[in-house]
Amino acid sequence: MRTIETDLVVEAVQDLAISAAHDLEPDILDALLAARDRENSPLSRNVLELLIANADIASRERIPVCQDTGICAVFVSLGREVLVAGDLEEAVQEGVRRGYEEGFLRKSVCDPVTRRNTGTNTPAVVHLELVAGDRMVIRLLPKGCGSENMSSLAMLPPSAGLAGVVDYVVERVHGAGSNPCPPMVVGVGVGGTFEKAAIIAKKALLRPVGEANPRPEVAALEAEILARINANGQGVHGFGGNNTALAVHVDTFPTHIASLPVAVNIQCHAHRHKEVTL
Amino acid sequence: MSLLRYRPAFFDELKEVEVPFQGDALQSLAAGDLISLTGTIYTGRDQTHRRLCALLDEGKALPVDLAGQLLYYVGPSPARPGRVVGAAGPTTSYRMDAYTPQLLALGLKATLGKGSRTMAVREAMRENGVVYLATIGGAGALLSQCIKSCEVVAFPDAGPEALFRMEVERFPAVVINDVQGRDYYEMVANARKGV
Repeated sequence: MRTIETDLVVEAVQDLAISAAHDLEPDILDALLAARDRENSPLSRNVLELLIANADIASRERIPVCQDTGICAVFVSLGREVLVAGDLEEAVQEGVRRGYEEGFLRKSVCDPVTRRNTGTNTPAVVHLELVAGDRMVIRLLPKGCGSENMSSLAMLPPSAGLAGVVDYVVERVHGAGSNPCPPMVVGVGVGGTFEKAAIIAKKALLRPVGEANPRPEVAALEAEILARINANGQGVHGFGGNNTALAVHVDTFPTHIASLPVAVNIQCHAHRHKEVTL
Repeated sequence: MSLLRYRPAFFDELKEVEVPFQGDALQSLAAGDLISLTGTIYTGRDQTHRRLCALLDEGKALPVDLAGQLLYYVGPSPARPGRVVGAAGPTTSYRMDAYTPQLLALGLKATLGKGSRTMAVREAMRENGVVYLATIGGAGALLSQCIKSCEVVAFPDAGPEALFRMEVERFPAVVINDVQGRDYYEMVANARKGV
């Protein structure tokens, strides 16, 4: 067994929260640069330039990329040979708390009944899974809610088939219009149960932007959905053009013979995600 | 800036507009115009709207006179020491739609956010001669550089959702709904459909 102290987890999560808010990862920056180079609408190309400039200013001046520094989804993959010396869940929450306080990040988490802000940006939504090995991988996805609000889930009948899946995703993305800050990254979960579909849709967002699903038939589905989304010409922020979405990531999970769950988790162009291995 | 290939037209071709609007400046704005705002604006998002409308429902006075003003839908991130404001881009406007007609009745002249508005709000805007502007969602760091001062006017306990007064300089925006009732998102959609 290998022991990991919770102090190390607190510090790691704090660093992830602060860097996620300020420093876009190369995958999303490259996707924005590529979108700019193929953009066919002059206004949308200008807006893409502004977004690239924004990322540059954010990183240099230590101003968050977006004022909506999100509610944090934290995926912890814990090796079975790791002994955590203390309360792992609380360590993650403390890391988020400190990151948002010390990083001058906006605290956007509130009670759903009273709408009172918790003042700490906690609780984060923590997903823990046990994996092989003696490492702990922490992936942090601070989710802005302009895009999160446009996400949805359907329990399709199996007769709808893959064509039904494609239609549903495309309809939800087009229906979102400019609300979720396109160009988007679209996470799709197909299969599982009601909650599993949503979780794999969110996890699909953690894949490097544009990396295809290893299953060829799923990769083909991703390409088909992306082409359909971009064919309608809504474009960057609804200003027209061929970049409504940057990528579609589909993940699947076996499901019940009576079921075809589909979850669509929409992510904005300010796709902030970070990970660390302890 | 090494990553930039084209200089964004936003900073070259903007029609300069003073806020609050002077003379017939508001009437001269057309859907699709790229503009830059300079002057004083107020801010508000979900909580501010809820509280302002609760005050109106109780027949009480508002903490600020919105007549003739522009309301920006934003909840800034905290300012670092020595800075005016943190990131300060727009939030999604439709969440304010339930409250907007009540504020337009007070003489509010413009709102600034992102995303489209309901038909009810568009109709209320047309009746009251109001414009709706969008700025660039997810560009909060860049937009913060156009904000020269930021002070809390009301609801300080709401944190980022407080009502702030901001002085802005060359703050970029796109006219979405003009006083003639045109809608730029719709115009873009119709153009690509060949309508």
